[in-house]
Amino acid sequence: MTHALETRNLSKRFGSLVATNDVSLSVAKGARHALIGPNGAGKTTLINLLTGVLTPSSGQILLEGEDITATPAHHRVGRGLSRTFQINQLFADFTPLEALMLAIGEREGQGSMAWKPLSKNHAIIDEAASLLDRFRLTDALSTPTKLLPYGKQRLLEIALAIAARPRVLLLDEPAAGVPEEERHEVLGIVRALPADVTVVLIEHDMDLVFSFADRISVLVAGGLFKEGTVEEISHDPQVKAIYLGEDA
Amino acid sequence: MTAPVETQKLARDWISRSNRVRLWEIALWVIAVAAIFLLPSKLLILTEITILAIFALSLDLILGYAGIVSLGHTAFFGLGAYAAGILARDYVSEPVTGLIFAGFISGLFGFATSFLVLRGSDLTRLMTTFGVAMLLAEVANQAAWLTGGADGLSGIMLTPILGLFEFDLFGRNGYVYALVVLAVLTFIARRLVHSPYGLSLKALKLNPRRSAMIGISATRRIVAIYTLSAVYAGMAGALLAQTTSFVSPDVLAFHRSAEVLLVLVIGGTGYLYGGVVGAIIFTLLRDWLSVVTPQYWMFWIGLILIALVLIGRERLTRWPALLNRKATTRAATQLAEEPR
Repeated sequence: MTHALETRNLSKRFGSLVATNDVSLSVAKGARHALIGPNGAGKTTLINLLTGVLTPSSGQILLEGEDITATPAHHRVGRGLSRTFQINQLFADFTPLEALMLAIGEREGQGSMAWKPLSKNHAIIDEAASLLDRFRLTDALSTPTKLLPYGKQRLLEIALAIAARPRVLLLDEPAAGVPEEERHEVLGIVRALPADVTVVLIEHDMDLVFSFADRISVLVAGGLFKEGTVEEISHDPQVKAIYLGEDA
Repeated sequence: MTAPVETQKLARDWISRSNRVRLWEIALWVIAVAAIFLLPSKLLILTEITILAIFALSLDLILGYAGIVSLGHTAFFGLGAYAAGILARDYVSEPVTGLIFAGFISGLFGFATSFLVLRGSDLTRLMTTFGVAMLLAEVANQAAWLTGGADGLSGIMLTPILGLFEFDLFGRNGYVYALVVLAVLTFIARRLVHSPYGLSLKALKLNPRRSAMIGISATRRIVAIYTLSAVYAGMAGALLAQTTSFVSPDVLAFHRSAEVLLVLVIGGTGYLYGGVVGAIIFTLLRDWLSVVTPQYWMFWIGLILIALVLIGRERLTRWPALLNRKATTRAATQLAEEPR
């Protein structure tokens, strides 16, 4: 069977620093896969390689069986790979409505239409409106993003990735910085994604990882250290020593 | 939580509102037209303002919407002026034909040089655009057989506009002609910036990294707007050549690139009318200062520029945004205080 996402001997070197070391990872279709590891283990570098922000030094990346190693970042989105950023990457002056309309419009290939007014695009406006409802951003509809409270910005960050209707969604610490009472709101939205959307989650919060993921990969010093079910990883003595020991 | 249909209505209303023609826009056009009758002795300077406004609008398209800085935008202005001038001198003397021809030639040149601004930092872009303008200025200077070299291009004889309206001594038809061109180009630009394409340009300016991650291919979008901006600048140059029947090598000089940037800084970027507002303020200020202090007007312009940038261009010049800001801030405060 083809995997949703697969890497083969993926490496990334910055000078003498090996940020990603020979990672061969397979994520099954529809999986809820978590990537964990101590700070500096290369989790974000791996996400950047997968999405095309960085070019690997060696190795291959396959999306649904097709080699996308050389595919530019903006084309990977069209192929069904979408992501959120650990630090919000939003459009400061756009309102959430505009940002979502942009993302939906690009998905529909309408981004280069220069003559049709946005206001005539009812299908896109309505879809943006339903996303605003779903992400509890309705009240913030017309407020510039930079004026929104952080929790709302974080929700928009995820909403933008989901507006692309990804088949594989990479979430880089989606709950980071979100006030405790909003965390479950964020994760609830991620859990409510259709089962055929594959989700790869990077997260520090172990409660969250254990409650969300069905498989876990542990990264240490750029390399894949261990992979298994939640049960296996949470009871693995080596993982406990290396990683969980720091937190628990 | 709001019901879905209600949100749709909110969203549709808000988008329509943000696209609506504002009262001050209408007022501006009414004044511009009224000036034909009310200021018959000032039509030459009004024509000059209109041409400068078109040139600044052209720069606003790339600077205000796509975030591309340029220190050589006069390359397109000058090229358009020469193209229109040479066409009128040697081949076709009908102005609108010349206007379109100039736009086409400048657009072609803009398209060819757009790859220079695709990547790189602001500094790279400043230097490459600056370099292109310098190159072109030297070419125009050396090709005296075609351009008249340092003496400028003279002998431009124009037939009536569309065969109907002759350029008169008072510059009345010239002003109307320039104003119509400004109106048409503003209409097109307005349509463009309120389209999905316009939204994607602003996105590229605000956050190129995120833009890539929602699937925007920056290259084509930037090439297209840069080319269009060059067309606009070329048409502004053509208008100058046609209304003055002369092309001075000065059209490619550095000070023109700097001037148009200054105009846009004064008027504000990213709302389409910055060029118009800036051109009016700049031209009137320059004329007034050069009468009051003929030798030191540049000094005052410089001082004003520094003040503008220090006080904050946005705060001082984006007056439409300023009017909306209070309401927006209030809404945000309410949102923040709302119990979660």
